[in-house]
Amino acid sequence: MTATTTIPPVPGQPADRLRWAVVDSWTITRRELAHWIRQPVQIVLGLLFPIMVVLMFGYLFGGGMAVPGGGDYREFLMPGMYAMTMLFGIEASYAAVATDASRGITDRFRAMPMAGSAVVVGRSVADLLHAALGLAVMVGCGLAVGWRWHGGLTAALAGFGLLLLLRFAVLWIGIYLALLLRNPEALVALQILVWPVLFLSNALVSPETMPGWLGVLAELNPLSATVSATRDLFDNPGWGGGSWLGRYAVPLALGWPILLTAIFLPLSVRLYRRLDR
Amino acid sequence: MHGTDLAIRAEGLRKRYGDRHALDRLDLNVPTGTVHGLLGPNGAGKTTAVRILTTLLRFDAGRAEVAGYDVARQPEQVRYRIGLVGQYAAVDEILSGRQNLAMFGRLYHLPGRVADRRADELLHRFGLADSADKPVGRYSGGMRRRLDLAAGLILAPAVLFLDEPTTGLDPRGRNEVWAAVRALVGAGTTVLLTTQYLDEADQLADRISVVDAGRIVADGTPDALKSRLGGDRIDVVLHRVDDLPEAATLLGRITDGPVVRDDDNRRVSAPVADRIGTLTALVRGLDERGVAAENIVLRRPTLDEVFLHLTDADRESDERDREVAR
Repeated sequence: MTATTTIPPVPGQPADRLRWAVVDSWTITRRELAHWIRQPVQIVLGLLFPIMVVLMFGYLFGGGMAVPGGGDYREFLMPGMYAMTMLFGIEASYAAVATDASRGITDRFRAMPMAGSAVVVGRSVADLLHAALGLAVMVGCGLAVGWRWHGGLTAALAGFGLLLLLRFAVLWIGIYLALLLRNPEALVALQILVWPVLFLSNALVSPETMPGWLGVLAELNPLSATVSATRDLFDNPGWGGGSWLGRYAVPLALGWPILLTAIFLPLSVRLYRRLDR
Repeated sequence: MHGTDLAIRAEGLRKRYGDRHALDRLDLNVPTGTVHGLLGPNGAGKTTAVRILTTLLRFDAGRAEVAGYDVARQPEQVRYRIGLVGQYAAVDEILSGRQNLAMFGRLYHLPGRVADRRADELLHRFGLADSADKPVGRYSGGMRRRLDLAAGLILAPAVLFLDEPTTGLDPRGRNEVWAAVRALVGAGTTVLLTTQYLDEADQLADRISVVDAGRIVADGTPDALKSRLGGDRIDVVLHRVDDLPEAATLLGRITDGPVVRDDDNRRVSAPVADRIGTLTALVRGLDERGVAAENIVLRRPTLDEVFLHLTDADRESDERDREVAR
């Protein structure tokens, strides 16, 4: 046995455990970053897809869209597109975790003396970095099609913060579903299901233009809360403050993601650690 | 380590899924430095046993110790001392072989530089140095398994678990993995190997436990297990398939055991007690009947025959138990 194979001491103190948890999480995050470098084409295509949707809605359908209370449709659209980019991030989170779970990599991690939380925490950090990059690209796209924020830099940064908060909630839903199903093929179903979530929100059109009950559903959609709040913070055209969603947009945009995270984060960690399957 | 020379000690392990017993009072003792084969059909409980012993699965009753540590109470100590090579090559296909091993080394809490050096050592040892920087997705099946094996050996584990390590590999890949396992065993690692392939257990294992329906139904060296079937067997390969019934009748008369007829290979076979007497009687009898034999072989039974015999016997006794219960 060479010196390289000495068994490191099992951490006893809570401080040691925390240090391992941070170090192990960072190792997992680095793994994801290494994936980007190894697969630049996939990363670029993933970043370009929401831009295509912007062009489609902004220029193909946009002419037929009326913004309630007036205003430029593309200014109305962009906050919805930012939120869409965050929502669609669920696909990347799901795909990566489901692939690991189905291939036995998750089992290998679990049979190693690493921190139990590291796999999911490391994944979430990587996903947030990816989301920040995606958001930066989309903001560039927005600026190019004439979108601007009008409410000052602090408000704009708060808007971007709310968008990343939504992505944070969404990634735990993705991780949870992936650990539950452990089937990378089910990604196709997820890729289809995100569209009704997008359409049934205020991202593309105002819920006022929908049949009554659909409008109510659209207002209840967590995506709508984030879109409303960011429209307020960017001072982009929305629709009037008549509805309760309009009145409480920012608290709802904070509350929904926090609630979803509070549900799906513990469920994911439990599912990952779960020994009795 | 707690004054034991057993690398794996399991007593009365039970695991239930609903009303199905995946493990039903399984006992297992594996001395340090040996290769132990767990042999059994799909669903026999082999993988369940491995998952319990590698801390992946909780069990309902019994006790298990690996490398001197209690699996249920000291899972982290166990995890530092085991390697697990599962049924899939559990490596990252996007990363290179070197990146994979360096990552796993860090997750074992080796300092970065030590982890990198260990990765290089292992890549070299498993003949992967030339492909170290290629993405694993472009490795052959055999190379992937070797990388998987290397990942299980980063801390030079006291006990290595190989769960069907050659399933889905072509013969070339299988030989590569076997050679790697033999080299490990030479270095003193204790190995628990599960397999459905009898020749694999025969080739690699010092002792074999045959598992069926969550229990060990037989235990011993490959040779001892073969002897349990009733000693040697005689095979007769005929020239013409039409002669099979005639030859089977003859063989049934001059031997004691059941005659097995294999029409596809024009072969009849039976267990023999008196080797020379049976052989003489067989040659004379075939000659009298004008039956031409292409080949006559006296041999030890294969593990396949032992295995079928044991698991069938077990099932029959189960059925008898059920009859009695009624």
